Amino acid sequence: MSDTTPAPFRGHHDMGGEPADAVERAEHDYALWEKRVDAMLVLLSKKGRMTVDELRRNIEGLGPDAYDKMTYYERWIYSVAQSLIQRGEISIDELGRKISEVQGRDHGAD
Amino acid sequence: MAPTESIAPGFQAGDAVMVRIAYPIGHVRTPHYIRGKPGVVERFCGIYGNPEELAYARSGQPRQPLYRVRFIQREVWPAYDGNPSDTVDVEIFQNWLEAR
Repeated sequence: MSDTTPAPFRGHHDMGGEPADAVERAEHDYALWEKRVDAMLVLLSKKGRMTVDELRRNIEGLGPDAYDKMTYYERWIYSVAQSLIQRGEISIDELGRKISEVQGRDHGAD
Repeated sequence: MAPTESIAPGFQAGDAVMVRIAYPIGHVRTPHYIRGKPGVVERFCGIYGNPEELAYARSGQPRQPLYRVRFIQREVWPAYDGNPSDTVDVEIFQNWLEAR
C-alpha cells in the first residue's frame, strides 16, 4: 500500500458506520458532578463564554485512546477547561492550583 | 453590535442534492459516511451560525442555512439488507450541499 494515496481524513469521533460493539440502551442515573458539568456548560454558553461548537471541537481533539477511555462527562469537563483556557477565561496556573486545592480537601459525601 | 450576515437559502424541500466530497481537518458537522451521497431536501431548518467557525470562538458569520436531507439507506450503505425504501435523515449545512 505504499503507492496509494492516503485514506480520506476521518476524525476518530466521526465513527458512524464503523464496526462497533452493541449499543448500550439502558438508562442510567447521572452523578451529581455530571449534572454540575452539564449545568456549567449551559451557564457558560448563555453568558457567551463558550459555544457548544467549541465543546465539540475540543472533544474531537482528544486522542483516540483518551476519547475511548473517558466517560461522556469526563470528556465534557476536559473540553470546557480547554475552551476556557483557549479563550483566556482561566489560566493553566489558576486551574492547576484549584485542582490541587480541591484534591487536598477532606472528601466527605458530596 | 455589527449587523448579522447570513447566506440566503439556495434549496427548498424536494430539491435533489449531493453532499460535497471533502475531507478537511477541523470541526465539521457533516458526517464522514454521508459525503458524496445523493439525497433530497426534506425541509429547510432555519439559518444558524456556522459551526465550523463557532468551534474556534469566531463569529460564525455569515450564518448558514441548514437542511434536513433524506437519503435512501441502500445508497448510503451498499450492503444494507433492510427494506429498500428505508431512509436516513441527516441535518446538513448549505455549504456542504450541491444541486444535482
